Amino acid sequence: MPTLDATIEEILNLAAEHFHVPRESLQPGDDFFQKLGINSLQALGLLTRLEQHFGIELPDYELQGVSDFRTLAERIQSRL
Amino acid sequence: MNSFRGKTLSWSVVGGAIELVLDRAPCNEIGSETLPELEKFADALGALRVEAHAVIISSARREGFCAGADLRELYSRSHGLSLEERVAGVRDFLERIHRVLNALDAAPFTTMAAVEGVVFGGGFELALACDLIIAGKMARFCFPELRLGLIPGFGGIPRLKRDLGNAMVRDLLLTGRSIGAARAHAAGLVSQVVAEGDALRVARITAAQLKKFDRETAIAAKKFIKPVPQEDLRREIEIFCSLLMRPAVQEGLQKFAESKDPLPYLP
Repeated sequence: MPTLDATIEEILNLAAEHFHVPRESLQPGDDFFQKLGINSLQALGLLTRLEQHFGIELPDYELQGVSDFRTLAERIQSRL
Repeated sequence: MNSFRGKTLSWSVVGGAIELVLDRAPCNEIGSETLPELEKFADALGALRVEAHAVIISSARREGFCAGADLRELYSRSHGLSLEERVAGVRDFLERIHRVLNALDAAPFTTMAAVEGVVFGGGFELALACDLIIAGKMARFCFPELRLGLIPGFGGIPRLKRDLGNAMVRDLLLTGRSIGAARAHAAGLVSQVVAEGDALRVARITAAQLKKFDRETAIAAKKFIKPVPQEDLRREIEIFCSLLMRPAVQEGLQKFAESKDPLPYLP
């Protein structure tokens, strides 16, 4: 299983690619709704990309209240 | 009428397939503008039988296939009405959309939903009325109604029950979670998962293949394997209307309507 840091890095890369922003502009503790200026619909797109990338299923309700990349990575880690 | 362009949708016959394209911002929510145009489409199907063998439903909206019923309109129209008037209005809407979806469900064509992005609530129910669902890999399916204190009202549960095992139906309905195209394919809901943005192209290829088959045989096969679950559909309307009378539903709708977010019930 990858380390939490490795998973965070993968998520940051994926989010940068998905939303067409420079990777350097994203940090693990960032609130991705604010930083990326996205709404729930766009967050759903990211969730789908993450599920495909990690080969997992992540119910959207498990992301209730999750808004930073580090916590998101922890949720993903728990399903790897 | 072999082509139509309305405010919320259009259709035309292309290569023997009737292509219905949903196009209402933000994500093809089905409300008082879309319903009469869908009724017009259902009425036109009989005459189109001469020149078409398939139906393909898709969306022109980047956000997705369809986000379901127009709940903001439902809420705004409820102002100033008594509870009984609200329920009567919703019942009338449900009866009409059920007639459309039942006609599509049993139509003497092979029907396909070519879906991308959001396929939620009534949008999911529209897709379920079709014979085949072809999904782009970023498509996402969900019945979020329980989050609002309701059940799906456009025939979703009976049609899902027809197609899937009860455990999967319970999972989708009772958790209200959204699932991706890969999961929907594994469950047997989706017939093909294709690259993002490719669902319509693949549906057209599929329609071209279907054209090679004897038409009457295809119609007979469909009639044999895809009965319309009439009794459960009637029960669904009754359950929906009884739930609608609860104050919690109005509160849920208010919260939804006042949010600026496109899918306020999601995290």
